[in-house]
Amino acid sequence: MTLGEQAALIDGVRTRLAHLFAWARSIAAILSLGCVLPAAAAEGEWTMPALDYASTRYSPLNEIDVSNVRNLAVEFTFSTGVNRGQEAAPIVVDDTMYIVTPFPNWVYALDLTRPGAPVKWKFDPKAEPAAQGVACCDVVNRGVVYDGGRIFFNTLDGNAIALDAKTGVEQWRVKLGNYQVGETLTMAPLVVKDKVLVGNSGGEFGVRGWLAALDASSGRLAWKAYSTGPDRDMLIGDEFQPYYAADRAKDLGVTTWPPDAWRLGGGTVWGWISYDPELDLIYYGTGNAGPWNAEMRPGDNKWTSGMFARDPDDGQARWAYQFTPHDLFDYDAVNESLLLDLRIGGQLRKVLVRAERDGFVYVMDRATGQVLSADAFVHVNAILRVDLKTGRPQYNPEKKPTTGRTTRNICPAAPGAKDWNPAAYSKRTGLIYIPHNNLCMDWSPTEVSYIAGTPYLGVDAKYYAGPGGHRGLFTAWDPVARRAAWQVEEDLPVWSGALATAGDLVFYGTMDGWFKALDARSGKLLWQFKMDSGIIGQPVSYRGADGRQYVAVLSGVGGWAGAIVVANLDPRDETAGGGFVNAVKDLKQRTSPGGTLYVFALPQR
Amino acid sequence: MSSRCRNASVVALATMFVALAAGCDRERREYRSAPESGPTTRPRLTDFQPGTPTTEIAGGTGVRYEGNAFHISQGSRWFRWFNCNGCHGSGGGAMGPALMDDQWRYGGRIDQIHATILDGRPNGMPAWRGKITDQQAWQLAAYVRALSGNVPKSAAPSRREGLSATPPLTRLPAQSPSGTDASSQNPPPQ
Repeated sequence: MTLGEQAALIDGVRTRLAHLFAWARSIAAILSLGCVLPAAAAEGEWTMPALDYASTRYSPLNEIDVSNVRNLAVEFTFSTGVNRGQEAAPIVVDDTMYIVTPFPNWVYALDLTRPGAPVKWKFDPKAEPAAQGVACCDVVNRGVVYDGGRIFFNTLDGNAIALDAKTGVEQWRVKLGNYQVGETLTMAPLVVKDKVLVGNSGGEFGVRGWLAALDASSGRLAWKAYSTGPDRDMLIGDEFQPYYAADRAKDLGVTTWPPDAWRLGGGTVWGWISYDPELDLIYYGTGNAGPWNAEMRPGDNKWTSGMFARDPDDGQARWAYQFTPHDLFDYDAVNESLLLDLRIGGQLRKVLVRAERDGFVYVMDRATGQVLSADAFVHVNAILRVDLKTGRPQYNPEKKPTTGRTTRNICPAAPGAKDWNPAAYSKRTGLIYIPHNNLCMDWSPTEVSYIAGTPYLGVDAKYYAGPGGHRGLFTAWDPVARRAAWQVEEDLPVWSGALATAGDLVFYGTMDGWFKALDARSGKLLWQFKMDSGIIGQPVSYRGADGRQYVAVLSGVGGWAGAIVVANLDPRDETAGGGFVNAVKDLKQRTSPGGTLYVFALPQR
Repeated sequence: MSSRCRNASVVALATMFVALAAGCDRERREYRSAPESGPTTRPRLTDFQPGTPTTEIAGGTGVRYEGNAFHISQGSRWFRWFNCNGCHGSGGGAMGPALMDDQWRYGGRIDQIHATILDGRPNGMPAWRGKITDQQAWQLAAYVRALSGNVPKSAAPSRREGLSATPPLTRLPAQSPSGTDASSQNPPPQ
């Protein structure tokens, strides 16, 4: 083909595209006329990282399905300009896509009504660079959330910010975290009943965990609930009814610690929040206890490595549960709660399902906090079983760590059977799709002093592949039958989120940059695409301005698992990156830093 | 005694003396740092200068610390006591950059490392001035140099505290202290 012919061809395509978009715009205009009230979340939009309050990540769109997914092709890409770990979910509202980058936490609004989705606005929060020094696991951000015409997000240096979604103009900003003591913000907020819920990060710095509720219109603090300390600080009052009797004593957040250790005890709230509008309760988990060396904090260390159910209006706790009392291995319990109504024992129960870092899938009654079942979804030897009578895990005495001694082959490793990266649930298959790790570790506790603003760990650790030698897994879990329906082995840890669609597809990405679509029923690989960098983001699906279904995800390796690449860590040190580098020594050869949005669709006919 | 033999014993004696002297230096324990004499200049972070280049005269303090086993051993203790290992691992890095490689954002000479520890750096390194003594900063800097193999074998601690995560420091290949700038590969956003 000559150059001239090429140019003519491109011109032709351009004209056709222009026609098409004009047509799409007029349709959109008609639609928007018909829609007077701002709808909560129209079908095909994606207003919060988990898609819905139940945290299902289940897209009802089915244009892309098992029969045609092999034709999926890139529609457009966008460089975020930041080559660090991209853990955020793209948010789509009103034909605009919003993404937040890792530090410096730029927010972009992309216009989906125009070819190539050009930038509508960009917001720079001018975050403080020194905060990068206290970000335990790369300088990540897990996403923005849209509600009532505003975009809410957090910055690494401790600010919660509200922007006008149309213009990108800052409406308010509240300083919540103090990075001087190691406190950062990395989680995606959730908006419930006009309150913006924000929790802190920094469990590796002796930070005391909390969840705060801010008024959505003003940013004013409505309530703040700590994860440790006296009952009044934790908003534990008369309504508090934990299921297990041992959890009902007064001020357990003080009495289960050595004197004053709860002030430095962790339990940060950096993960996911779910909301049940019927029971009117929010659910969220708390991070690891601090320091990592458990011998320095005898006791149950409540309420670290556990979860709370709270009233969103006043923050009062309704119940709480601790997955791993006296956290031995940095088992944060911040993973997502999938709120499902499942038929269990012949009875339809309102449950929440959590695939936890400690290697168990917990099915719990979400009204009472009772554990209905807890089953291992990966090789576990640190915990022998979970006693359903007392709700307590039975630790394996052989794996109990001691200061000055190295305990070997502990499974799962500190990043857990599954870390922060969220699972998805398909309403059609009834399966939960869990992206996760298969890692074990050596753990060697040492004494550590608390120095504000420096890591408070007291453990030398190194992680490595678990049984089988593969470091990652993608598991389809049947929460009713309590077993895996199918499982895909991945060579590298799976650090991306999962997406399920009504087209009976599940999507996830690998740390070396393959974005994959699997048959949701069989786990068969149907399509894959190699991106410029490893994928640790959260895939989403939306209906575009032209009515077509799109799938979007950010590529850009990083996070705790990918720190070796973006921070250029030295794999000759087995304890580098908190021990993770040893498990992914080959990652620098497999991928390089990036930060690109990819959007896919079926080719137009 | 033949003259050849005498010569040999003189050489042997001289060698012993030199070895002993070096050994003394290696072993010398200073519990407080001598007061700095003369004007001290801040170490430059770059060789690039406008006009005719001038040579930088590094103070002699760093040299005293670099080859001294006691100081390096003290530095390795402070490295854990002040939680440096939380951010820099056993030299491979974590939240902070690796220290055992040949990449130096803010210079790999001991006086530059000493300055980085005390002054802090804008992308996350805290300023320790006023929190630790000047001598501790020098000892830490000497240990940080040792982490990249820049240490006489006679002065390097051959054993690590904690998990033996890296090869012994005596067996690490020495990395260039004027190596490339890690941040130029992946510029820290401003």
